[in-house]
Amino acid sequence: MNGSKSASERFIAPHIAALPPSGIRKFFDLVNSMDDVISLGVGEPDFTTPWSIRESGIYSLEHGHTAYTSNLGTPQLRRAICDYVEKNYHVSYDSKSECLVTIGVSEALDLAFRMLLSPGDEVIYTEPCYVSYPAEIRMAHGVPVPVTTRCENEFAVEPEDIEKAITPKTKAILLNFPCNPTGAVMPENKLQAVAELAKKYDLVVLTDEIYSELNYDNDHLSIASLPGMKERTIFLHGFSKAFAMTGWRVGYVCAPAAMTAAMMRIHQYSIMCAPTVAQEAALEALKNGGNAMLEMKESYRSRRDFFVRGLNDAGLQCLLPHGAFYAFASVKNTGLSSEEFAEKLLRTEHVAVVPGEAFGPGGAGFIRCCYATSAEELQEALIRIKRFVASLKG
Amino acid sequence: MKDKIISLLRANAKLSAQEIADKLNISAADAAGLITGMEKDGVIRGYTAIVSDEAPGSETRVKALIEVKVTPNRDGGFDRVARRIAKFPEVTDLCLLSGSYDLLLTVEGNSLQQVANFVSAKLATIDGVISTSTGFQLKRYKESGIIMQSDEEYERLKICF
Repeated sequence: MNGSKSASERFIAPHIAALPPSGIRKFFDLVNSMDDVISLGVGEPDFTTPWSIRESGIYSLEHGHTAYTSNLGTPQLRRAICDYVEKNYHVSYDSKSECLVTIGVSEALDLAFRMLLSPGDEVIYTEPCYVSYPAEIRMAHGVPVPVTTRCENEFAVEPEDIEKAITPKTKAILLNFPCNPTGAVMPENKLQAVAELAKKYDLVVLTDEIYSELNYDNDHLSIASLPGMKERTIFLHGFSKAFAMTGWRVGYVCAPAAMTAAMMRIHQYSIMCAPTVAQEAALEALKNGGNAMLEMKESYRSRRDFFVRGLNDAGLQCLLPHGAFYAFASVKNTGLSSEEFAEKLLRTEHVAVVPGEAFGPGGAGFIRCCYATSAEELQEALIRIKRFVASLKG
Repeated sequence: MKDKIISLLRANAKLSAQEIADKLNISAADAAGLITGMEKDGVIRGYTAIVSDEAPGSETRVKALIEVKVTPNRDGGFDRVARRIAKFPEVTDLCLLSGSYDLLLTVEGNSLQQVANFVSAKLATIDGVISTSTGFQLKRYKESGIIMQSDEEYERLKICF
């Protein structure tokens, strides 16, 4: 069968054939082959979607709301989104022309890149980062340009580092704060400096704020709200993390009318509209999900505090992450690479974490542990990690 | 801090002082001290287990909800008669309500007969009790915030980005 595989490979477009496979596939296969693993390797809430939101989805199906919606999304949901964004992010978008409901932030990002990029255009993004970013840029024929964020800066991006990466081909900067996998947030002065760079070099800023409700120690500040930024910012958000709705696949993008209209054309030809049931559930999330969301946030915060303390007690250096639900711990003092550390930890103690390299070369020497895991499992995981780290020293 | 401890204990009374301390970022000694203090003050009045209808021993337990109309007492209002009823060990819950009746009781016994006897011989004969209306519990769906039927196990991804 190998012959036919290689024969058909010639049909694959070069820029797709060149997409890197996940470098840690083997590790993932190993995790999936074990059935008594405590997994800190997920990237989603451990809560089920709050009942009132699920119930709205059931109601929608029960009443036969099974047809397409407007390409942009239902007017009610878009109005609720624009109200929510104005109230919480202090940017005012017109729900008729500046808001598009998508299949998660993933689709929104894909639309934005396809709308913005001509072949060879460069997009600066911070690394370590969510695994899809460089791939999505390449799929849109762009060139991904990583800027490494560093532990000594609490994984915020240094504006000077961004400026050094700017070339005449740079079209956009992609930000994701609070950040997956580091949990970092951007201090206000650095965010302002990035905004100034965008204006100075006439760049677009894409801001993936999917974790913005889960900002534990500061008021969240969106770059879109800074003076003169709305006109050049594409604001991406969704329901997956804050409302525990990952499987519903619903997100949105807010951007100035011309860019929204252009993204809308791609969306209407490739997607039609986001699922109707998910849109109606999302509307309930915005209308009545606020308290449930705050309860979940408080639960993550308290788990963060004891888990990060526990990692440091266990001998792994870990900054207190200010947002998202990931602890990004250094394994450098163990003498192992993060991949070796993760594999040995999995084999000897049956605890799964994600090696930092999965999020780009800048993640080397770190592991990502998701603390959106039950308190009991986190406690047990800490005992095992401590034992494992001690065994390495012994 | 006390309100946070209470809210944690209301969700899970079995949490140890250490576990509560971890969640609230305080020392275990402080958590234990606050809990003991609230127990002594009568703020925390007891701990109990929520068990399913299939729990051993439950097959012979009978539960009834009883609506009771009473004549309020000139000095004590509803309190005097309510406190008197509350002292019966058969009565597990008792509250005063607004609406078409006054007191709502939960009564437990080992048989339908035992509960019926309690109502007719004890409860209905108390001075001030005007009428009673008894409903036997057939099935519980939720108690103290806990749903009695478990959802099927739903397997999530073990690892994803």
